[in-house]
Amino acid sequence: MSGALLSLHAIAKTFPNGVTALAGLDLDVREGETLTLLGPSGCGKSTVLRLIAGLAKPSAGAVVWADPRARKNLGVVFQDATLLPWASVFDNAYLPLRLKGESRAGATPRVMEALARVGLADFAAALPRELSGGMKMRCAIARALVTRPALILMDEPFAALDEVTRFKLNDDLVALKNDLGATIVFVTHSIFESAFLSTRIVVMSRQHGRIVEEIEIDPSLARDSDFRMSEGFSEICRRASRALRQATGEAA
Amino acid sequence: MTKLRDIAIPLAVFAAALGFWEWVVAWKAIPPYVLPAPSAILAKLVEDRALLFSSLIATLGVTLKALLIATVCGVALALLLAQSKWLERALLPFAIILQVTPIIAIAPLLLVYMQPENAVLVCAFLVAFFPILSNTALGLASVDHALRDLFDLYHASAWQKLIYLRLPAALPQFLTGLRIGGGLSLIGAIVAELAAGASGQGTGLAYRIVEAGFRLDIPRMFAALALISAAGLAIYGALAALSHVLLRGWHESARERGE
Repeated sequence: MSGALLSLHAIAKTFPNGVTALAGLDLDVREGETLTLLGPSGCGKSTVLRLIAGLAKPSAGAVVWADPRARKNLGVVFQDATLLPWASVFDNAYLPLRLKGESRAGATPRVMEALARVGLADFAAALPRELSGGMKMRCAIARALVTRPALILMDEPFAALDEVTRFKLNDDLVALKNDLGATIVFVTHSIFESAFLSTRIVVMSRQHGRIVEEIEIDPSLARDSDFRMSEGFSEICRRASRALRQATGEAA
Repeated sequence: MTKLRDIAIPLAVFAAALGFWEWVVAWKAIPPYVLPAPSAILAKLVEDRALLFSSLIATLGVTLKALLIATVCGVALALLLAQSKWLERALLPFAIILQVTPIIAIAPLLLVYMQPENAVLVCAFLVAFFPILSNTALGLASVDHALRDLFDLYHASAWQKLIYLRLPAALPQFLTGLRIGGGLSLIGAIVAELAAGASGQGTGLAYRIVEAGFRLDIPRMFAALALISAAGLAIYGALAALSHVLLRGWHESARERGE
């Protein structure tokens, strides 16, 4: 594992309504890892993503990037697909490049490549409402991939999907990750999802987002259906589950 | 099948109502200067067609011209207000005062200052303007937060946000405003014509009603009224069709029920 892509130093975040989401959080995001932030709802894990993305400013502390250029090229997948309802799948995936001023003709190969990666190449002309929930999420992932970002931030992207679709998308995300080698920061409250996807799980407490446990997972493990059945997977889930209980209990 | 039934049922009920009206007039032998039968109104419409239809064209022309100006001004001002809260606070009271003052009370005043044709145009404009302004402004302001974040994330310029996000997002509300404005601009034109007609001037359909009233030509009053209703229906229908075409496929309001 190589060095830190970015570091959060003593981050605090207090919202205008007085709620303190984070207090004194220190966390490195290492290059090439899939880092999962696991925690009960309201533990500030989405806030961490927003701070990294630059969509929110920390009340104290700093987000330090090893290479400041990397912060200009992020991919983000939100909780909802957040597609433009009036634009086709192609236009939605083209949006980041369009906003960078790239012509449609020039961008088309990259947009089609991103759509092909998520299995939506045949649906380029479809409107979002013609897609299933899983396909909308795929479109949002294609949009995040189209700029070939070094870091992809995912905020509970599969939380609203059914179990079967969620497993399928988890498999696809692992394949994508192996292909692209991008760093991924993934927020979830699902233990199984975190155990399957991550090379590192950080369990956050509801009390000011304190980190209660860090679980390292061997990145060389093959993430396939056998992995889901393995003893190693169960052990990770047990540890994460224990930590999550502790994280939830602290607030009570 | 559903389509046919959706059209056939209201048409049948409407025809039955007209038939009942015809029958009551014949049965009670009501004289035409009290209540003309639908057949008599239709006959009058055919007989006075040159006069009535030229009036219809005058009224429709003013209405559409006013609607067009109201659309341009309403959207332009909505865009201006969307640029700054300060401007919005400064200008909105004027728009609201115009909106809450009944247009019928403004019409006579306008006639003092302007030629009747211009007064009618301004009246129709004033009532159509506010719903277009307020709906468009609302649409521009109520863009999904997550989509706004997305555009911020990609460092979109204010201009890009406007073109790719806010304008398309405001389209449904704008079209709602346009539909309301279309109906109101006809009302505004009619109100101003009534006010102008009382002073013996005017060319529009409402003036025909006033004039026919002076002459106790009740069938012609009804004929002109029928044309006004038809004009209102045509404007509403055209604007509803426009919304349907523009929003087809993506906005909830344009989706077929049960789809």
